[in-house]
Amino acid sequence: MLSLGSGGAKSTKPSFVSYVTPEEIKSEKDPPKQEKHPDLLPGEVEFCSANPILKYTQDDLSQRGVFGTLFCTNFRVTFISDEKPQEKTDKTFKNKLYGENDIPLMCVDHIYGVYDEKRKLITGGLVKNKYPSKMIIHCKDLRVFQFSLTFSKEEDAKKIFQGIAHHCLEEKSLKCVFAFSYMGTPSPEMQWKQETVMFDSPEDWTQEMKRTKANCRLVTENENFELSQRLPKYFVIPLTIGDLFSYQGKGLPIWCWSHYSGCALFKASFPPVTQEDGDFQKHLDTMINAVAHNHLYSVKTEDLSESLPNIQDIQQSYNKFKQFFLIENSTDFWLSDVKWFSSLESSGWLDIIRQCLQKAVEVVECLEKDNTNVLITEEEGTDLCCVISSLAQIMLDPYYRTLMGFQSLVQKEWVAGCHAFLDRCNHLHQKDKEYHSPVFLLFLECVWQLVHQHSPAFQFSETYLTVLSDSVHVPVFSTFLFNSSHHRESVMKAESPLAQSGPLSCPTVWDWSVQFDSKAQNFFFNPLYLEKVKHDRAVRKPHKPKHQRNLSLPSTAFKTPPKKGFFKDETDSLKKMLRVKRLSRWRGSPDAPTATTREFFESWQHRPLDYHGLLLPCLDGPAVHIWMQRYLRWIPEVYILGGGSVAVMTKLMELLSQVQDLKRVLEQRDSSQAAKLDHRPYFQHRLLSFDSSGRLSSSFPFAYTCYRSFKPIIPTGLMQSLMVTDSLASQEDEASSVVSFV
Amino acid sequence: MEESDSVESLCSSTTTRSDRSSGTRVSDTELRSKGRVIEKVLQCKYPSKGELPLLPEEHVQDSAKDVTYICPFIGPVRGSLSVTNYRLFFRCTDREPVFGLDLPLGVLSRVEKIGAATSRGDVSYGLACKDMRNLRFVHKEPEDSLKKSVFEVLMKFAFPVSNNMSLFAFEYKQVFPENGWKVYDPLAEYKRQGLPNESWRISKVNDHYELCDSYPAALVVPVTITDEELRRVSSFRAKGRIPVLSWIHPESQAAVVRASQPMVGQNGRRCKEDEKLLQAIMDANAQSHKMFIFDARPSVNAAANKMKGGGYESEDAYQNAELVFLDIHNIHVMRESLRKLKEVVYPNIEDSHWLSNLESTHWLEHIKLILAGALRIADKVESGKTSVVVHCSDGWDRTPQLTSLALIMLDSHYRTIRGFQILLEKEWLSFGHRFQQRVGHGDKNHTDADRSPIFLQFIDCVWQMTRQFPAAFEFNEYFLITILDHLYSCLFGTFLCNSEQQRLKEEVPKHTVSLWSFVNSQLEEFVNPLYVGYPSHVLFPTVGIRHLQLWVTYYIRWNPRMRPQEPVHQRYKELLAKRAELQKRVEELQREAANRTASSSSERAGSPTRSITPVQTFV
Repeated sequence: MLSLGSGGAKSTKPSFVSYVTPEEIKSEKDPPKQEKHPDLLPGEVEFCSANPILKYTQDDLSQRGVFGTLFCTNFRVTFISDEKPQEKTDKTFKNKLYGENDIPLMCVDHIYGVYDEKRKLITGGLVKNKYPSKMIIHCKDLRVFQFSLTFSKEEDAKKIFQGIAHHCLEEKSLKCVFAFSYMGTPSPEMQWKQETVMFDSPEDWTQEMKRTKANCRLVTENENFELSQRLPKYFVIPLTIGDLFSYQGKGLPIWCWSHYSGCALFKASFPPVTQEDGDFQKHLDTMINAVAHNHLYSVKTEDLSESLPNIQDIQQSYNKFKQFFLIENSTDFWLSDVKWFSSLESSGWLDIIRQCLQKAVEVVECLEKDNTNVLITEEEGTDLCCVISSLAQIMLDPYYRTLMGFQSLVQKEWVAGCHAFLDRCNHLHQKDKEYHSPVFLLFLECVWQLVHQHSPAFQFSETYLTVLSDSVHVPVFSTFLFNSSHHRESVMKAESPLAQSGPLSCPTVWDWSVQFDSKAQNFFFNPLYLEKVKHDRAVRKPHKPKHQRNLSLPSTAFKTPPKKGFFKDETDSLKKMLRVKRLSRWRGSPDAPTATTREFFESWQHRPLDYHGLLLPCLDGPAVHIWMQRYLRWIPEVYILGGGSVAVMTKLMELLSQVQDLKRVLEQRDSSQAAKLDHRPYFQHRLLSFDSSGRLSSSFPFAYTCYRSFKPIIPTGLMQSLMVTDSLASQEDEASSVVSFV
Repeated sequence: MEESDSVESLCSSTTTRSDRSSGTRVSDTELRSKGRVIEKVLQCKYPSKGELPLLPEEHVQDSAKDVTYICPFIGPVRGSLSVTNYRLFFRCTDREPVFGLDLPLGVLSRVEKIGAATSRGDVSYGLACKDMRNLRFVHKEPEDSLKKSVFEVLMKFAFPVSNNMSLFAFEYKQVFPENGWKVYDPLAEYKRQGLPNESWRISKVNDHYELCDSYPAALVVPVTITDEELRRVSSFRAKGRIPVLSWIHPESQAAVVRASQPMVGQNGRRCKEDEKLLQAIMDANAQSHKMFIFDARPSVNAAANKMKGGGYESEDAYQNAELVFLDIHNIHVMRESLRKLKEVVYPNIEDSHWLSNLESTHWLEHIKLILAGALRIADKVESGKTSVVVHCSDGWDRTPQLTSLALIMLDSHYRTIRGFQILLEKEWLSFGHRFQQRVGHGDKNHTDADRSPIFLQFIDCVWQMTRQFPAAFEFNEYFLITILDHLYSCLFGTFLCNSEQQRLKEEVPKHTVSLWSFVNSQLEEFVNPLYVGYPSHVLFPTVGIRHLQLWVTYYIRWNPRMRPQEPVHQRYKELLAKRAELQKRVEELQREAANRTASSSSERAGSPTRSITPVQTFV
């Protein structure tokens, strides 16, 4: 009867197994003698609990569920089932920090209470007096939990409800975030550190400049955040910028990446607004000049706050969008299935993704085709600038399409680059909505589109991206907890308990062993990845740009139409323009850039595809898809039993392992070659086997459904979906029947 | 001319990608290599200069120079146009590399002159195609008014049936190693299902198509029903299409039975023999004392049919049978939906309103309803172990859609290439889906209300299933596209005529080539490399719109921007090739080791390094 009753993450341990059946609980209406407790993480503290609580199973209409105990700790809300854990819950993909019945506090999005059949959004005011009969929790990773509070004692129910509401919804201070209590032992294998570049030292930046052959200057003057607290600790600027202090930490063109031709991508926040207009102009001129001097005195600028939706738009759109996936029951599902496409469109989320990718392609076009420097600007320079510059780098540089390269990119542009994760993700439940926005998720969405369209070009899989998007809301990692490098350093220093020596250290998210064992980490790798033939096997060998192939087209094919207003090549005339028009007015007619990027895309499309060269996304309507894995993984109605990408994965892994075996046989036979064994680490232990792949559903590896009865999901209310109103519907079914039957 | 460069580059690809295969314009670049094989088979390699590549018995009827093709994607292209008795060739003369169009005349649904001649003597012709595109040509009216325009010749050969000529399929005499007409043997197929058995017999009552002219000769009916009783039933079922068995579950003996609507009429007529027949069908399955009758229509339409003498089974007359309406709309609604879809996808897509435009066509909703219907049928048979009777009005449109999809879900045999061919031959061709009427082969009457994309819709549903179960089907997408292309091409005899009886009368198997001859002679082109044949594995697809997709590589394949650059399957094939290569090398080495001393193997030193990176080869 109960399919999801495997309990908490660690429920396989005997100490948490209840031998009391749900029926017994029901009859006694008393909490069982044997107390159950969640398997606490080091540093985790239990706040309150209630028993028995009924957790509804999501996958059917009949509102059945599992009885168990609901806990609230300083890390999570967790439900432990009274049922015996099922024998076969041998998961290959298990998160070590939280299981399927755990909700990290930071991951709670909204809580609804059902009072007398009425559903109300829980806010501070409602908590005090009454507690609801049913509590519905919407998570940021799109899971939906429904708990009935009516079976436990009134005071318990009240306590757990208030506890959860308090810890999940009330504004809190950063110190209360679990990361500061978490005492996990740092992982012994420091593998991640050797490979992911953290960009927290001058060496990392120097190395990156060397890798891309950048001709810029590393700034170390901000080591103690004397220049600005909003600027990274270390950053790179054009050579010609002299006096850093005159910038007041604003409007500095910060280097992102250099193209092999010498031109580079820079990002900047707006220059400081002063009383005198002249200063602002002077500032702009210096900024643009400095970038232009980087290569061939040409620069193209783009004000992203002008041409892309702002962070509030992004937030609003995502809020609408995610609602389509927070499905509470089957009826809702089939009702929303009817207007699926138009609902999606009305949220505008896919369109925002398209716009971002489009903008990134425009930037890529400037760098790749015209070989001009590009300067992207934005109020703060740490939101859409991060999105666009990271996307452009992924499209241009195959290094960022490897797992380590991608992680380094996130470190460089987002973490070291001072994206305000704390504010944007609203980890502290602040009421001030102005600063919240899923900008980083938007970036991951755009990357997913690229992965979806060109999967052999990426070393990482969509599962990796999904897990990364979830990890943002796991309050254990330092990566997504702060607003800037300065913020991180100051908090980490202050939080360092006196008893301990040295500063407090939370794990970084890139230390995947905190969440997954190495077997589960195999799912992060794309089995279809087309590896580059490398003669040297250094793990992080500076990437030698091999773009030559992209230049195979005669340069005449790249003849660009003269651009009107937008992206002037001549700095002088640009400056002239600037004097009359403000930064936000640089953009010309909106159609012009689209037309040229279209041409750029088409000429790229007709060249032979090189997965290690330039990569561009197709942005036509039918080509932009929904990230199915992330959004549909918890909805049982859309599980494809025995189908979906798992089927392909299984087959691929099997094939790969066969190829590996054959190679091994060859290598063994070839004794002289024995030393030259394949060193790529992940291929070696990638010989996974899914024993029952025929029965896995498309939501694998996220939701595990042990379908005992292999039943199809029959839609309900079909006719509501399709009311064909025109006369055709009532026309003769078969035109010919008129003749023969009248 | 700023544009010209890009135009040229686009053209080149259009040429190379679009004109590889005669008749089958293959969208997928996956098929780059496939194209070559097909070229060879159909002998229509496009020569760079000189003669046109013609099929056996294909002859040029007329040609014209100085024709401009108005391509919606790259703009006007000037070239020469030739019309043969099978297809239309357009070749651009002033471009390098060559740009060309090569389309079978069968895909044309309409050819018309657009507007009057201009002052320069140019006339414009519009060609509407059945395969989701429209072509437009401009050319000079011949000065000699007695000479016919090339488009008048085109019109004659595009619609041979309207001009009392025979279709090209009857002239085409290619010989293939395999004879596709032998693919389907009804008795062998029934034998595979374990028929006849103690409950079911194969009746010869329709041997001469006297009982029902749109049914096949061999019918499977319950043993307890006599041929005489079948005759009486036939007068009670629309077009005499009596309930007969399509498929039987190997374990539970639950049967899928197809029929047409009962002629109940307004007075609620009953037919004792029909009731007995349905009872016998139920009794043949000992596992269940119930049965389901699936009426594919919306209940309103089913009720409306009573006015015209039709209707549905009443509960009084058919006890123990539960009637379920599946709410699938009629051929006219489907035709209109596809027309709207074509408007939305061709030639240009409005990106910002793509999703709502797509929704407004209802195309995917119809697909959802059909799949949902088939899913319910399959569920009743598999999970409920009950027999089902499926019908719509005449039982030749929605009924084959539902039965064949349910059969694909239930029986893995129909997911193989040959099994699928048998399924089409059986459920669609032998049971009289009116291909001639629904497609309108060679008929110029493009407004004919009998035309409807019923079969296309079915193939779309199959495609949706292949997307959800990428490893469960032996055939690939190209196989489905090939079937659809030759549904219209009139190159093969397979989809001609309306029924088995007509095909025999016209001696179609004798005078034409079967599509399966062509397909089965080069199976490797159509094989899905991901295929894992799980025997006796039932597929239950998800029918939510969230998991349905528009078949971009079919409906939007003419748009050069929508072409996938290298599908995953290509990589997969490379992996398979790599494995084969390695396997061969291992065997070689083993043989070598057996023959020679160990030291000799060092000769092979270089190769393992090469094979370390699994797939590097680009085709």
